[in-house]
Amino acid sequence: MTSVLQATETFLDIAVWISLIAIGISLLLLLYRAIQGPTNPDRAVALDGIGVNLMGLAALISIMIVTTKFNDVILLIGILLFIGTLAIAKYIEKGALIDRDMD
Amino acid sequence: MYKPNNLILRTTTSLIAFILLGFAVYLLFAGHNAPGGGFVGGLMTAAAIVLMYISYGTEVMKKILPINFRTLISIGLLVAVLTGFGAFLFQQPFLAHTYDYFMFPFFGEIELATAMLFDIGVYLTVLGVTITIILSIANDQ
Repeated sequence: MTSVLQATETFLDIAVWISLIAIGISLLLLLYRAIQGPTNPDRAVALDGIGVNLMGLAALISIMIVTTKFNDVILLIGILLFIGTLAIAKYIEKGALIDRDMD
Repeated sequence: MYKPNNLILRTTTSLIAFILLGFAVYLLFAGHNAPGGGFVGGLMTAAAIVLMYISYGTEVMKKILPINFRTLISIGLLVAVLTGFGAFLFQQPFLAHTYDYFMFPFFGEIELATAMLFDIGVYLTVLGVTITIILSIANDQ
């Protein structure tokens, strides 16, 4: 029984490390796109992707050090990311973030 | 003539702003023992208000929230400093904090800490500063 538990522990550890490395590579590529990206929509999509990868990174770390305290952090990153994406999209579409009068 | 409308944004905002404000209150009261606290709660409330500003515009929001956010900064700082001075009444050093357990009829036993009052001061300050910065940067002329 303990050997099965140890095998699953090892498997989980390996999977978490592979995911961490993959997310790291993805973050580097997205950072290149966010800095270099030829147009502004490219940069917006890259920033969105960076946020999603940050959420994944926090979730993986909360699996690694066994804790549930990171759930609030993941939710917080998600909400701020949503509002950030919304703001960038509206800025690209309309040119101003907050209108004086909408209609 | 192409005229963008934002029906989806407005409908979503009226739902999501309430969730954000509820999460902000949860973060404020979960602080000093768990992840959260005044700073993150204020940031979350500012995010909800900025979301409403983005989807409804300045004129409507002046009617919905007739608050001068710059006064919130001074009110918050005053609350925080007065909490620090309140420790002097009990012959304790500046900003000393304490906590105790109280029985409530419906909720059961709850731990109440005086750090919560300080957190409320931080909450108001962060809310005022963040909204002031974002509105003065993002207003169209």
